[in-house]
Amino acid sequence: MPVGQLLIDGLAMGACYGLFGLAVVIIYKTSDVINFAAGEMAMFSTFVAFHVLSIFGYPFWIAFIVALAFAALLGVLVDYFFLRPAKNPTLLGLIVITIGAQMLLAGLASWKWGAEQKQFSIPVSYSITYEPIKGFIISQWALAVFITAIVIVTFMFFFFKYTKMGTAMRATQQNKHAAKIMGIKTDRVFAFAWGFSSVIGAITALLLSAKTILDPGFMMEPFLRAFAAAVLGGLMSIPGVLLGGLIMGLIENFFGYVWPAWKPITAFVVIVLVLCVRPSGLFAKHYVKKV
Amino acid sequence: MDMKRAYYEDIELFKSGTIVFWTIVFLAVLVTFPLYMSNYYLYLFSLMMVYVIVSVGLNILVGSTGQISLGHAGFFAIGAYGTVMLMTSLNLPFFVAIIAAAFIAAFFGFVLGLPALRLEGPYLTIATLAFGLAIMHIIGHTEIFGGRQGLVAPAFDIGVPQLGWSYILGSMISKYYLVLIFTIVMVLIAINILKTKAGRAFVAIRDSDIAAEVIGINLTMYKTLAFATSAFFAGIGGGLFAFVLGFFDPFTFNLILSVIFIVMIVVGGLGSVMGSISGAILITYLMYDLFKNIGEVPIVGALLVAFSKQFMTITGMDNFNYIAVGLVMIGIMLFEPLGLFGGWIRIKKYWKTWPF
Repeated sequence: MPVGQLLIDGLAMGACYGLFGLAVVIIYKTSDVINFAAGEMAMFSTFVAFHVLSIFGYPFWIAFIVALAFAALLGVLVDYFFLRPAKNPTLLGLIVITIGAQMLLAGLASWKWGAEQKQFSIPVSYSITYEPIKGFIISQWALAVFITAIVIVTFMFFFFKYTKMGTAMRATQQNKHAAKIMGIKTDRVFAFAWGFSSVIGAITALLLSAKTILDPGFMMEPFLRAFAAAVLGGLMSIPGVLLGGLIMGLIENFFGYVWPAWKPITAFVVIVLVLCVRPSGLFAKHYVKKV
Repeated sequence: MDMKRAYYEDIELFKSGTIVFWTIVFLAVLVTFPLYMSNYYLYLFSLMMVYVIVSVGLNILVGSTGQISLGHAGFFAIGAYGTVMLMTSLNLPFFVAIIAAAFIAAFFGFVLGLPALRLEGPYLTIATLAFGLAIMHIIGHTEIFGGRQGLVAPAFDIGVPQLGWSYILGSMISKYYLVLIFTIVMVLIAINILKTKAGRAFVAIRDSDIAAEVIGINLTMYKTLAFATSAFFAGIGGGLFAFVLGFFDPFTFNLILSVIFIVMIVVGGLGSVMGSISGAILITYLMYDLFKNIGEVPIVGALLVAFSKQFMTITGMDNFNYIAVGLVMIGIMLFEPLGLFGGWIRIKKYWKTWPF
């Protein structure tokens, strides 16, 4: 068993899940919505990058910037048109709205670009590898994933701690009404959270599209795993979610090596077993509801 | 609106003569349906009624007990595969097989209900979702279930072939009538479950599980019972689905199907049986029929084809129903959060109190 190889691949995949889980958690923490459209929003942004790159023929960095700008806009628009008008929504109602957005985006993407698989490449390659320590082969892609993850997490740490918007977001998470009384425009905070989450999702999807293929359904599975990873980490703290993602990636890669046929579900079975023991995930305190 | 003077008025099956009248008219239309409709529409209606059974059952769990399940495609698959496997390998008659398969599904529902005792919100969502995915992959990887190739349903024999009394339903009309009878029975069961002690316990758990426990409702028992009942309905639906379709593979029962079930009951209106029925009919129609041949609709179709050729891709037009369903879901949630049933109540109230 090539332990080093599996470890690095698992960690890279796990970092992707963790990043995407962060995109889910940012929205869940601020507005209590589980965004089932996260995968499709990221997919749509990746297709925009593909369009700019392959059909208009611009260089990659322009496509990248355009895709991120589009992702931010898409997130804000989804919040503005679909979630803000909802009156006294229930948890299930909000889930249904995001599922509706997901179907809408999936339908639009396959209408615009067709359901067949696309050739799409980002400048980091999966086949160029380095071997800094013997037995630990790291591909350029994995390196890019690690660097991106570290940059994004550091950025988020400083953002939430030191900027005005970050503080406003934390205040909104703790108590929406109190935040409103203190003069925070909570609607704007929600819109910002959606845009921010969508950008992180788009970056992750661009990275993942290099490893898998590009078609309108390619973010469905990663989204489910990211959501599961976020739940495993406790849906609350940023390091928890990232750790959940890494654990998820490692479990999936190691079990997947031993039993390849069961790779798609091992992670989910582990999630259910963990939830049986710790109902609020690994790194969150379980609050017993009071009357 | 309707004043009740006694408890027995509240649990009556038909609240008024008007409801009896319209129910009879509705049933008469359904019974005479094959006289003036083609086979394709019989197939579509059978499919709708199968989904009605599932959504009515899911509504007991989600609408009345307040638990979320994104794994009902798993129970649906257990029903479908269970019925066919029991009929082909154990040679059981159809009615025994479908009820046994539904009980197997109910057992799995009970098992899924156990972790659900401690989970709620997103945690319950992911646990049930994992269950649905696991069932799909387990069936897909097991050779006796036909693996990825899927299964072909055997001849639809509702007699007891072992005793020489066999009665094969070959035509779509006879299948339609059988599904209709099953649907009526299951809907009646669902309506009546909500009026029993168990049904009231479910509603109490939905409104506040701690308060329900305090007044003496056994949470463990009734939460798992809700899961099991709902899984039983999905199992019956799955058994009929297998024969309506005739052929199915594990990927028929994917996550999208579970999501569609939830969408049906939420769009129809949570907690009401009539709502689930109308939601199931509407969503099935949108998903399977409305945009199937949109390119051939006289004016709109030609415009859309031209638009697609100019700006989009022509192959992607098949995905039009996703766009429509997505828009309908969002629209209903934004403008009528209680679903179709909520809209119906509002219209009724408006006309009853008109002009005030």
